This record gives sequence, C-alpha cells and structure tokens, in this order.
Amino acid sequence: MGMPVMTDEEQRFLEKSVLPLDAAPIHVKTTGGGPRTSVLRNPNMEKLQKGYLFPEISIKHEAHLKKYPDAKVISLGIGDTTEPIPSVITSAMAEYVLALSTPEGYQGYGPEQGQMNLRKVIAEKVYPAMGIKESEVFISDGAQCDIARLQTLFGPNVTIAVQDPTFPGYVDNGVIVGQTGSADEAGKYAGIAYMRCAPENHFFPDLSRVPHTDVIFFCSPNNPTGHAASAAQLRELVDFARRNGSIIVFDTAYAWYVSEAGDGEGKKPRSIYEVPGAREVAIEISSFSKFAGFTGVRLGWAVVPDELRYADGSPVARDFDRIVCTCFNGASSVAQAGGLACLSTEEGRDAVRRVVGVYKDNARVLVDTFASLGKEVYGGTDSPYVWVRFPGRRSWDVFAEILEKTHVITVPGSGFGPGGEGFIRVSAFNSRDRVLEAAARLKKFLA
Amino acid sequence: MAADPAAYKTNVPRNANMAKLQAGYLFPEIARRRATHLLKYPDAKIISLGIGDTTEPIPNVITNAMAERAHALSTIDGYSGYGAEQGEKKVRAAIAATYYADLGIEDSDIFVSDGAKCDISRLQVLFGSNVTIAVQDPSYPAYVDSSVIMGQTDLYEQDVQKYGNIEYMRCSPENGFFPDLSTVPRTDIIFFCSPNNPTGAAASRDQLNKLVKFAKDNGSIIVYDSAYAMYISDDSPKSIFEIPGAKEVAIETASFSKYAGFTGVRLGWTVIPKELLFSDGHPVAKDFNRIVCTCFNGASNIAQAGGLACLSPEGLKAMHDVVGFYKENTKIIVDTFTSLGFNVYGAKNAPYVWVHFPGRNSWDVFAEILEKANVVTTPGSGFGPGGEGFVRVSAFGHRENIIEAARRFKQLY
Repeated sequence: MGMPVMTDEEQRFLEKSVLPLDAAPIHVKTTGGGPRTSVLRNPNMEKLQKGYLFPEISIKHEAHLKKYPDAKVISLGIGDTTEPIPSVITSAMAEYVLALSTPEGYQGYGPEQGQMNLRKVIAEKVYPAMGIKESEVFISDGAQCDIARLQTLFGPNVTIAVQDPTFPGYVDNGVIVGQTGSADEAGKYAGIAYMRCAPENHFFPDLSRVPHTDVIFFCSPNNPTGHAASAAQLRELVDFARRNGSIIVFDTAYAWYVSEAGDGEGKKPRSIYEVPGAREVAIEISSFSKFAGFTGVRLGWAVVPDELRYADGSPVARDFDRIVCTCFNGASSVAQAGGLACLSTEEGRDAVRRVVGVYKDNARVLVDTFASLGKEVYGGTDSPYVWVRFPGRRSWDVFAEILEKTHVITVPGSGFGPGGEGFIRVSAFNSRDRVLEAAARLKKFLA
Repeated sequence: MAADPAAYKTNVPRNANMAKLQAGYLFPEIARRRATHLLKYPDAKIISLGIGDTTEPIPNVITNAMAERAHALSTIDGYSGYGAEQGEKKVRAAIAATYYADLGIEDSDIFVSDGAKCDISRLQVLFGSNVTIAVQDPSYPAYVDSSVIMGQTDLYEQDVQKYGNIEYMRCSPENGFFPDLSTVPRTDIIFFCSPNNPTGAAASRDQLNKLVKFAKDNGSIIVYDSAYAMYISDDSPKSIFEIPGAKEVAIETASFSKYAGFTGVRLGWTVIPKELLFSDGHPVAKDFNRIVCTCFNGASNIAQAGGLACLSPEGLKAMHDVVGFYKENTKIIVDTFTSLGFNVYGAKNAPYVWVHFPGRNSWDVFAEILEKANVVTTPGSGFGPGGEGFVRVSAFGHRENIIEAARRFKQLY
C-alpha cells in the first residue's frame, strides 16, 4: 500500500503548523487542574469570541490534510505570499548580514523609529509630492504590530469605527485594550461603530448614518472585499473625519495592487495623503508583506504627520514615538536592509512590481472563473482578494463545502464581521499552476 | 516644536496614561545628551558606556546561516511566507533543549519574539490595566513605563520619584540587592531581573527559593527577566525554572541581544509553562498565544535562522566567546574603580558595573563624567529612586575603548 503523497505546499504548511496548545480553541473553556495563582484573567481577553480568524483557518486546513492526506489541498485562504523574493532584495539582506560579522559593518541597536535612509526612501518613493517628511515615517515589523501599538497608544477611552466586513486585527486589538463591551449574537462588539460596506453602497459606507467615533479604521484597497476607494470617496471620508474631529487610521497594505488604469471613478488613490487636508486627520499604515513577500521577514511602516494633534493640542507623533521607544526596539536591521533594496533602486521597484503582477494575474483568473459561473464577484482588480457572493448561505457552510468537495481553502466572509456573511474571500496568493488547478476544481463543483 | 494655537486639532482625547509618563524613555534621553555633547565638542572622542549596546561583530557561523536563509527566500523551495506566530518549530525546540533541558519546559511553552522589551509590553497587554505590579528598585525602566502606559499606575509622585500603585522593592548593597520580602505587600505581578540590570546582582538559589515561595503564598506571577543569564560566572541559577514550584508561578523572558549581538537583528523568547494558571484556572499561555497571534506576527524568519545557528554547538561556543570578551571588559572597569577607592557592585555575573557615588546626584555625576572625561554612562536614578547615588557603567565596547575609558576614569578621579 502506498504512503499518502503530500504536495510540497502541504508539507511546508504542516511543518510550520502549530503545536497542540497553540491550536486549542480559545473559546472552549479549559482549566488546568493544578494550583492557580490569584491573578484575575484580563476581562478584555474573555470578551474575545473565538480564536483569531487566521489561525482558526489554519486549524481547519490541518484537520483537512489529516483527513485527506492524498487530497492535494490548495490554499487560497490566508493571504500568505508564495512567490520567492527577488534576488536583488535578498542579496542586499545577505550582504548586510554578513557585514555584521565585520568590525566596520557591525551595527547594534538601531533607532527605534527605523534607519533614516529607509525612512527617507519611503517618504520619497511612496509619498512623492505629498509633503511627508522622513521624520514622520516610523518603521515597524509589520502592520498588524502597528495596529496593536496604535491601539495601545489610543488607550481604552476612545471609540472606534471599522468597515464591515474588515480585517479583524482592528476589532480584536480594540477589544484587547478595552475599547469595547461584549459581543452580541451576531458577533458585533458593543461600543464599535460598524460601517457596512456592500455591493449595494459600492463598498463605501453611508457616512451620514455613521455615528461619531474618535478613530476610524479604513483599509483600501480593502481586505477582504478588494474594493479600492475612489478619490471622491476618500475626500468624503477626510471631510467626515474633519467635521467630527476624528482620526483615520488608513491601511494601505495592498496599495501596490491598485491598477494603473483606474475605472469609471478614475485612478484609485494609493495613499490617504493624496487627499488635501488628510495630514491633519490621518495616520497611514503599510507593509512590505504583500508587495515584497516579506510576510516572514517582517517590515512595515506607519506615517504620523506632525500636524495630527489630540484635542489638547499635543502631537500624536510624540506619544507614538514614546510607545515605539518603550514597547518596541525597532524592526530587524536585516529586514530594513531588504526594504531599502526594494525601494531605493529602479531594479528593486521593478522586481516587486513583477511579483505583484503575478498575483494580480492570479486574481484575474479567479475573477474570470467565478464570473463565468454566473456568480456575483467583486474585488480582484485592485487587490489580491476576490469577494464572491453566495446569497442566502452561511459563509462557514460554504467554506466547509468548498473545502470538502474541492479541497480548496478559502476564508468565510463572516470571519471578517457580520457584513461578510453570505460571501467568501478567495485569495490570489499561490503559484499560477495551483491557482489554475483550484479554478478548474471550483468550476467543476459550482457549475 | 511649539504648537500654533490656531492649528487644527482633532477631538480625540490624549490617552491619559501617556500623560502620566514623566519624561522620555531613559535610553533615548541618554542618547540625546550624548548628541548634545557632541554638538558642543565636535572633536570629542566620546566613549559610550551608557546604553548597553553591543559592539563586537556577530560570529560568522551565525551570520552565514542568516545569509543562507536570505538567499533561500529567493528560491521556490526555500521561500517561506508567514511563519507560526509562536516561532518556528525548530527554534522553539532548540531553545527548550539548550536552556531548559531537564527543567520540564516543553517546546510549546516557548514563544519566540523580536526581543525582551517587546515581550514585556505584550505581557503587560495580556495582564491588562487591573493588575498591580512590583518591581525591583532600581530596575530596567521598561517594566515601570509599560505599566504606566497600560494604566496600572497612579500619578507620578515627585517627592518620592515613584508612580503610585507600583510596589518598589528596594535592592541595595545593604540587603545584598535582594528585597526583604517580609516588608513587600502582595501584588499580582512581580518583575524580577537576574542577573540584574542595572546593579549586576545575580540572585542566589536560596534567594530565588524565597521569591518563588513568596509568589506562591501570595498567588502572584513572577515575570523573570533572564536576558543576562549567560554572564553568570558562579553557581547562581540561570533560569527561574531551576527552582522547584516555579512553573506554577513564573514566566521567563530572554534575549539573544546580549549573547549574540542581536541588538539590531531582534530575537528573544518568553517561556510560559502550561502549569501557570489565572485564578479561574485558565492557562496564561492560552491568552498569551492569542496576544501573539493578534498583536504580533512572529519574529523575522532571518533572525530565527540566526537563532538556530546560535544554538548549534559551534554557535553556542561562539556566543560563549563573545560573552567572555565583554566579561573581560567588565573586569577592567571594575578593577579601575576599585583601585580608585570606589565601592563597586555587580560585574561578576553581568556586563554592568554599579558604582557608588555616595551623597551625589547621579545625573550630576553622569554630566561630570561626560563633560570631563567624554564618557557616557547611565545615571542610577534613571532606573528608579533606589538608583540615586549610583552610576551604571556598561562593559560593551571595543577593548581599546574600554582601556581608554579606564585611563580617563583614573585621570578624573
């Protein structure tokens, strides 16, 4: 009898997969039998409804692999990059790291805000002509970490608004720092304003119905819907923030996926700072993960403009700097060397554009596949995510059925909030071959 | 930068906890003073024995492994995207096997991070605002500052130089740098660093037995910072888990920074035993795991490849040599101050020398040493009121700089 043959993708997934305790579902109350301390569990942690979304998907992925070892499972689920990093970038990282073994090349602690040359190249190349100074750029180990640090900065006494559906990091970090009450049956936490983004409103909330909140988290191009907000929409958002005295946290992790051509609404902005007046109301966060394949290398940045002030007039950047110096010790110097190589040469920028192009082509395949099946499909043109409607069906059921029948991992829309119910997110991060194979299987199943 | 009163302001209230912080974090403040001094005396040959910044190159066996991993990321077979947030399995296993063999700590108790300072903040986020903490006095400032930021404290009290609601456990020459626990009220969390930053004191087995018993009797959690464990020369315990019963009361943090020169590369780890439970029986590790998955995305895979090489036989020997080099530096500094008649502490088990300047304000001594000898140190009061009257001299530096600094100290005093 032959041994089950796993694909290398499956093998790699299992190699990095979690150990037993890691996988224990958080919402299932487990109690150890031994002596307990007298320290009360943080009530904010108790409010969390279940495990973070993406490890939950991993758990299901692993369980499926064990159930069907011959299945050749294809992941279009977690947005995990698969294309190798261009060698112009990795060579720079290797060169930097070898220099750390020499007296001249050794560097110890870097500035917590990041190496000045990297901050400068981001200000120049990512924000040309937008008036962003290098001193306003804070280098990090990624957007998810920045979101946590920003929530720690804001503290428990601010209110937040999020898109619905949304990347779960904004909500979960808000719960953890104590900004919310408990969740209701629909999974909405008391105290958060959920701004519905649906096909019916062109994936932009009706701001006239959104209550005032201190902070507004907005992701564009959006995870999970794939919608890139138009310049007009972002002007409306900035005006809304200004009228309400709110701070926008604008997540541009997918900015490189914005199509050059634009659409009926024009070319989509790649930064909130393309909108006049944004400097006084917005923080922007971004990441090298999805354009440079740095999901494991860990590098990102936050822009906090000098003009952004609290109600008492104090600059937000000053407190953020204090957080960065106290709760963090800088992104890895090796990762920063890689970031510099990405952005500081035409060769580096072209190389990452090519990688983004691979994923955009994959997204096109997925959009065409679902469209040809008569499904309502969104995203995929300015984003690596395709957002498919399955009307009248629970998204976790659709997820499970797709997984069982086609061995393709997706992400159920309700994982991103109640507004995601009835949708499935399909990600374009995989090799072309696997995306084509997945597309073929989905066509057969959904036909 | 003065704010223009007419400038636009949002309506967002500043986090009141941030407003409680007295000044900038200690080490950027030291860096600022150094920079100011350099502006004033551009030709000064400043020697930095302030911030504990490593100076010696990373051994080749470690950087070669990192370079190899970097190159592999450009290949189809070698590319890896998101890693497990808790760390790569091999790294967790190597840490458990190297440092916690026979102590009953398993791979899955290990959480790999981008360094101890970051872990301290994540632990504080985990604990939340409604816990009370105790710290040594003096102590590494991140425990206190992160506590203020989390909202665990009251306002700063200028007269005693302490934040309200923190228990400061005095550690001084008089008590052998170990607090008299009979006078310490119960707190939920006890931060304890050994070998200590800044005093250099390494707690004995007997002292740690007392600490663990104290925590057990009070139902408290110890956060044990072992960042300098490899600097221990005598038989002081290197891990809190060497103490029986510690698994039920302690978390341990550690770092590659001061062993492998990873201060810029960023790699460390935290151990949370399965046996550590909140009062309702919920395992602390489960909540920390949730924090790590939500507020973090794992240490850099390249840094982890370096960590794995650090823990190979060749890497361990290389780290041992680097630590030995800094320990020799420490001896030079200790001998210098001792020969000048100062009372000097620490040094034997740590890369820090804690020098007593009785009756003198430590920032004044810091300024005097900087102005007159062009040497940066760290004033003891930056670590808490218990540090007043002391200066911390760190032993990280090229050998010729350490020797030159010693010469300048001899001249000055």
